[in-house]
Amino acid sequence: MRQEPEALLFELSKPGRRGVEFPCCDVPESNPFDSIDPKLLRHSTTLPELAEPAVIRHFTRLSQRNYSIDSGFYPLGSCTMKYNPRLHEDAARLSGFARLHPYAPTQLAQGALQVIYEMQYILSEIAGMDACTLQPAAGAHGELLGLMLIKAFHQNRGNGHTKTTILVPEAAHGTNPASAARCGYKTVSVQSDARGRVDVAHLRTVLDESCAGLMLTNPNTLGLFEYSINEISELVHETGGLMYCDGANMNALVGRARPGDMGFDVMHFNLHKTFSSPHGGGGPGSGPVAVKKALEPFLPVPMVIKLADDSFAFDSNRPFSIGKIHSYYGSFMAFLRAYLFILYYGKENLAQIAENAVLNANYVRVALQPYIDSAYDEICMHECVMSAKRQKRHNGIRAIDIAKRLMDYGYHPPTVYFPLIAPEALMIEPTETESKETLDEFISAMRSIMLEAAEQPELLRNAPTVTPVRRLDEKNASKDVRWICGPNCETV
Amino acid sequence: MAYIPNTPADQAEMLEAIGLNSIDDLFAPIPQHLQLKSELNIPSSLDQISLTRHYIELAKKNAGAEDYTCFLGAGVYDHYVPPTVGAILSRGEFLTSYTPYQPEVSQGVLQSIYEFQTLIAELFAMDLANASMYDCASGLAEAAAMASYITERREILAADTINPAHLDVLRTYLNHGPYELHLLPSQDGRIQSETLKDALSSTTAAVLIQHPNFYGGIEDMFSLSDLAHANGSLFVASVDPLSLGLLSPPGDYDADIAVGEGQALGCPMGFGGPMLGLFTCKSQYIRRLPGRIVGATTDIDGKKAYVMTLRTREQDIRRETATSNICTNVALYALAAAVHLATLGKTGVEQVASLSFQKAHYMASQIDSLPGYRLTFPEMPFFKEFLIDCSSSPEQINQRLLKDKILGGYVAEGNRMLIAVTEQRSRKQIDDFVKILSEF
Repeated sequence: MRQEPEALLFELSKPGRRGVEFPCCDVPESNPFDSIDPKLLRHSTTLPELAEPAVIRHFTRLSQRNYSIDSGFYPLGSCTMKYNPRLHEDAARLSGFARLHPYAPTQLAQGALQVIYEMQYILSEIAGMDACTLQPAAGAHGELLGLMLIKAFHQNRGNGHTKTTILVPEAAHGTNPASAARCGYKTVSVQSDARGRVDVAHLRTVLDESCAGLMLTNPNTLGLFEYSINEISELVHETGGLMYCDGANMNALVGRARPGDMGFDVMHFNLHKTFSSPHGGGGPGSGPVAVKKALEPFLPVPMVIKLADDSFAFDSNRPFSIGKIHSYYGSFMAFLRAYLFILYYGKENLAQIAENAVLNANYVRVALQPYIDSAYDEICMHECVMSAKRQKRHNGIRAIDIAKRLMDYGYHPPTVYFPLIAPEALMIEPTETESKETLDEFISAMRSIMLEAAEQPELLRNAPTVTPVRRLDEKNASKDVRWICGPNCETV
Repeated sequence: MAYIPNTPADQAEMLEAIGLNSIDDLFAPIPQHLQLKSELNIPSSLDQISLTRHYIELAKKNAGAEDYTCFLGAGVYDHYVPPTVGAILSRGEFLTSYTPYQPEVSQGVLQSIYEFQTLIAELFAMDLANASMYDCASGLAEAAAMASYITERREILAADTINPAHLDVLRTYLNHGPYELHLLPSQDGRIQSETLKDALSSTTAAVLIQHPNFYGGIEDMFSLSDLAHANGSLFVASVDPLSLGLLSPPGDYDADIAVGEGQALGCPMGFGGPMLGLFTCKSQYIRRLPGRIVGATTDIDGKKAYVMTLRTREQDIRRETATSNICTNVALYALAAAVHLATLGKTGVEQVASLSFQKAHYMASQIDSLPGYRLTFPEMPFFKEFLIDCSSSPEQINQRLLKDKILGGYVAEGNRMLIAVTEQRSRKQIDDFVKILSEF
């Protein structure tokens, strides 16, 4: 990666430079001061001024200071960092998609509506559900919507005032309790048992009539399948609560098993994980929500329907709908890519995704076990959680030190310290798009690092050393969140 | 499969290393009755050539702005996107990376977000901006919740001139929390100070105003802001970022929080998504800010570096007491906005705003002089969008325009049409549109 620091745009700016030449005004001009109160007019902006070569060079250099899937193995657990096919990018550049206005007349948006219509159906089928909305713009947005649907369901049955809590396992993603709180629910934590699953005995003690629903990731955040899922679903359903599936880990199941068959009533997908729309440095995401029949009336407007003449149309006439949660129809450009990804695999091959993801994760787990403990010694699903407790006990080497040392070996580290119930966790998710050779090289790097941990622990404590920057002083960053222009030109 | 490198031989070797006999053994933890026994009922696999043909056919059924002259706006605009944006966004280092949890190997994304925050804060003349929200609508909803927390009040007063799609989303969010949403009725297309004065109460947490408003109209932001502040309420502005090359920025009228739809800053219209939510506020509210924020610091060698900061506001650490459940920022589109603003620069942004203003005013005056048409709000100052009353049905007019490959305006209630004019529209395109109107 590029070592030299890159100046800020504002530091590169020089008055009089420009990156675009706009044409002269070809219409008779009017003076803004004639119609607009001068107080509401701006004198000038303080944006930087650069010529086009400087813009390209600046951002190219920044890109060279960044790790990505395209540059190497990215086993960031829970994030499903799989290869992003370039065919999708070709499609996304076409004017018929990229430059399509959301209010284009429906007769001239039939191709886009077909994508939405088919994805509503395809995702419902993959989920084992009855209906699906594509509106949520990210996984956490999908969670929020899913909880709104649960709330609408209970309110519609007259139970809104008694169904006040959402149960969340302690190993759940942080978004789960945060989404529940944002939806006005009280959260109750459910403990895990010795095998890393929901402790059903504890669940029984916290489950009562106030339960609006339970949010569960399956396989869970330890990469383990919740084999008691039927019993859990039954217990929650007995109290009148609903089952929410956090679909972050669908890469383990796609084409092999369906949340809808496990008793879940509502789930969200992360299209940027399972179906390979690019992560883009942290977004955009896309979090479609699939539901069982009982929740369908509450889905947001509009839905896309097929008319008798086989054309597609928006349907906003849904009296029980909770309303809208996105200005338009969701992350269309993301579900276009996911749609192409699914069509490429098709019904014949879709299961190969989960099969190879699970195979790769277990191959890494078994190969690493002589050097670092597995948090749970059993077959994992699409990711494995290792625990550096042995190294920590021996000479104080922690998961973070291993993660940082992996950077010196040219890797993006796994997710660390999550879930919290596994001490010194390193969560490794290889995905199906990595080859055996790549995994073997990673395993070999991990083996070297574990030897270093025992014999030369300073190499880990001082890591990384070959990256563009080394470990950071994170505390001092809290106030310095923008560059201030002006005579002093400094950060504040 | 092209994206799965494992061969049958690889699989056999790997299974042996694991100590299993078959792929099915890997799925043993899933109870048998929960495993799918047959193929899903979804379409059959398409090879890459067939798939390419399929997506090209789908795209052809859509009226992209390359083939149609776009006068549609209503929140999403066909502004010029300089070629630098596509060139940088297609770089795999940005496209295929993720949230910069590990700053040592993510300085590119981190610095681009930091620069995005700076550019947006400068454009808005606000103390700070976050790393972005899903869209303007969710930003508006988060602003309302944030204002309610800060003021310990529940009522949100929102102008009825806010984009109706944004109001719909705001309503959905606020229905699920301890809030009361009331709409401020407009008169002659704008919010009058008297109306706001009458509506404010001791429970008003925030006043939400869009500027320019949904009808393109310029609101009296200074007076509205003063009234809100005199009542102890926060003033929240929702602005079109490209209007800020011509109009006073939210910082000038003392907005506490200012949001906006960043799509016009180099992001594709993309049938309405993804969008780019811009979110800015005064520095005193930083600890209640939703979403990610990147700060500058140094590494242990004293080298300048960037890192996600104030993380204790966020869901993965704070769980149910986080400031928001948001766990994403639209980083790729924030990068698009940064490249777009860097390329346009000070002069470009001012030119885009000025050209859009001029062309919209030319078109409005041409239409207003036609028999059978008039500006709905003739006294209202506007920016790049305006509402017209038509004596014929706007739907029929739009159908006629389509024959000439023109995407007409957004159809509003009461035979009205909302027309958006960006810097990309030429005089000839405007005149062609007006000529067709004169046929009705």
